[in-house]
Amino acid sequence: MSTVARFHIDHTRFLDPQGEPLGPLPDFACDPARLVPMYRAMYLTRSFDAKAIALQRTGKLGTFASALGQEAIGVGVASAMRPEDALFPSYREHAAQLVRGVRIEESLRYWGGDERGSDFAEARHDFPNCVPIGTQVCHAAGAAYAFRLRGEARAAVCFLGDGGSSKGDFYEGLNFAAVWKAPLLVVLSNNQWAISVPRSAQSATATLAQKAIAAGVEGVQVDGNDLVAVHHVAREALAKARAGGGPTLIEAVTYRLGDHTTADDASRYRDPAVVQEQWSFEPLTRLRNHLVKLGAWGPEKEEALARECAETVNAAVEAYLSTPPPTTAAMFDHLFATLPAALAAQRDEALRFAPRTAGRQPGGDHG
Amino acid sequence: MAEINLVEAVNLALAHELARDEAVVLLGEDIGANGGVFRATAGLQQRFGAGRVVDTPLAETAIVGTAIGMAAMGLRPVAEIQFSGFLYPAIDHLVNHAARLRNRTRGRLACPLVVRTPCGGGIHAPEHHSESPEAMLAHTPGLRVVMPSSPARAYGLLLAAIRDPDPVMFLEPTRMYRLFRQEVADDGEALPLDVCFTLRGGTDLTLVSWGAMLHETQAAADALAAEGISAEVIDVATLKPLDLPTILESVARTGRCVIVHEAARTAGLGAEIAASLAEEGLYSLLAPVQRVTGYDTVMPLSRLEYQYLPSVERIVAAARKTLEAS
Repeated sequence: MSTVARFHIDHTRFLDPQGEPLGPLPDFACDPARLVPMYRAMYLTRSFDAKAIALQRTGKLGTFASALGQEAIGVGVASAMRPEDALFPSYREHAAQLVRGVRIEESLRYWGGDERGSDFAEARHDFPNCVPIGTQVCHAAGAAYAFRLRGEARAAVCFLGDGGSSKGDFYEGLNFAAVWKAPLLVVLSNNQWAISVPRSAQSATATLAQKAIAAGVEGVQVDGNDLVAVHHVAREALAKARAGGGPTLIEAVTYRLGDHTTADDASRYRDPAVVQEQWSFEPLTRLRNHLVKLGAWGPEKEEALARECAETVNAAVEAYLSTPPPTTAAMFDHLFATLPAALAAQRDEALRFAPRTAGRQPGGDHG
Repeated sequence: MAEINLVEAVNLALAHELARDEAVVLLGEDIGANGGVFRATAGLQQRFGAGRVVDTPLAETAIVGTAIGMAAMGLRPVAEIQFSGFLYPAIDHLVNHAARLRNRTRGRLACPLVVRTPCGGGIHAPEHHSESPEAMLAHTPGLRVVMPSSPARAYGLLLAAIRDPDPVMFLEPTRMYRLFRQEVADDGEALPLDVCFTLRGGTDLTLVSWGAMLHETQAAADALAAEGISAEVIDVATLKPLDLPTILESVARTGRCVIVHEAARTAGLGAEIAASLAEEGLYSLLAPVQRVTGYDTVMPLSRLEYQYLPSVERIVAAARKTLEAS
């Protein structure tokens, strides 16, 4: 017997949970001009997240999926992307979306039941939130193929969760992208829970990163609560993708500090004490401590940032709540480029019977 | 002008579009060096390169899934699913993504995708190679479903499908692939989608069908003509959206209608057409609408498949029933 192949999975972490460097840091990690915008984006994500939950609890928003505790992943990865790249998010990646230029009011419109929330004013090439689990890996692989075929230096970046790694779409997408050497980065936000199913019941593998190996894709694991580590590995993976080096899978290990969505009650299936423990690893404190040590941060800046984020979020909520209602015709008008004649009568019927209450404002119908 | 069969017409249309528009790419299993298991893509990889005629790994979910990503990023992918019995893993992507990407983003992203797949029975194929999934596809808002029934319509409709800005399911009846030849000019002229084609005029009844069943339907019209009965024959061609006015206009003249399809009966497209006739054309009818369809059974293996497929005799019998009704 002989060994024909041997594999390993690297884990990257630069800052310990208290924000202490564990060794030499990448250059950007000593540059406040690079780090502060990312800290700001994480803070804004958390502010938005808290407000969205409050809106849902008061009947002004539909079901919402919180990203609490996972902010470093979306921000660290999206900050390594270029505007011309394309993002293929799951439904829990508003951290990445905010960095990409998706507006908070757009996200609120989406969660508030309005398709216009996915008609991003910026990030015009980014896919909308993907709810069918893991399917977006295939879309991202196809997009990456298109970029490669046209000789463009663009990359497709896809997010999914630990549960998504059990889907065939995840493996199929990775496999296609690997065969094609397509410029694809797949980020697996392993938050330990797929609704109520823990990581241990999701997969018998030692890591989720190693699932890439079966597709001939480089798989790496990173501390997903360490912004520096996430940003570093994402930069490397995207540089490799643009240079023709093919896809990368990053497993970002984190913890879902909130419920699955506002429709979930995680206390039914997990011990609140464990969740409390996990708060000592959360990503904002870690980066803030690092910034303080760099001399780039302090209580005054923190207070100013809190005020700024609150104002930004409040303005977005105001914009969301004052969004004119969608028209009845919109159901039909975007189904095809041109409405087929066979649908015209149905459109007329919908308009004829459209209730007067169609004019109600967002947030008015989420009891 | 050459006489070609239906599968050669598919090849001709694909080659025309690959040459005309560099955004067009083909992807699927065995479509490259092998030219497809039915030779629909023969010679295309050699002519247009492996970057545009892509032999994919064996995974239907990802063939359609990646094609959606390609389409949204500006390509015009034409995906081949080797047999429609293998389309089912990709239904998630068709229903949840291809069909609704434009709507979900309020027109920001679109999915100009064609999925070609051979369908239907009658070629003594193995298990799972003789499916007729058109009704489940037609039930999906946002998809167009097209099935040609001649080389000329295959050429013209496939050009239209590839040029269409939205997803089109292009179902190719395998039994028709080499059934007959006709002259097809490679003139780049697309046929209109969303319309039915009246293949022969008639005054006594209307036979409505699509795909390979038009072979039997036309033969039934011949048999009826021999008895002095004049049957109009309509090829639905685009099954969704349905060109109901053409069918209604015909039935308004004939007063009688027989719908023929190979797919199973329950919730088939025959039911949709019959219901639409009841809603919009009841007062033109001189007899109850009849359906001649595949049975609500599993598509049998080859020994019994011709007992499953609607026969000329069954169509003629249904036609007589409408004529005897009043």
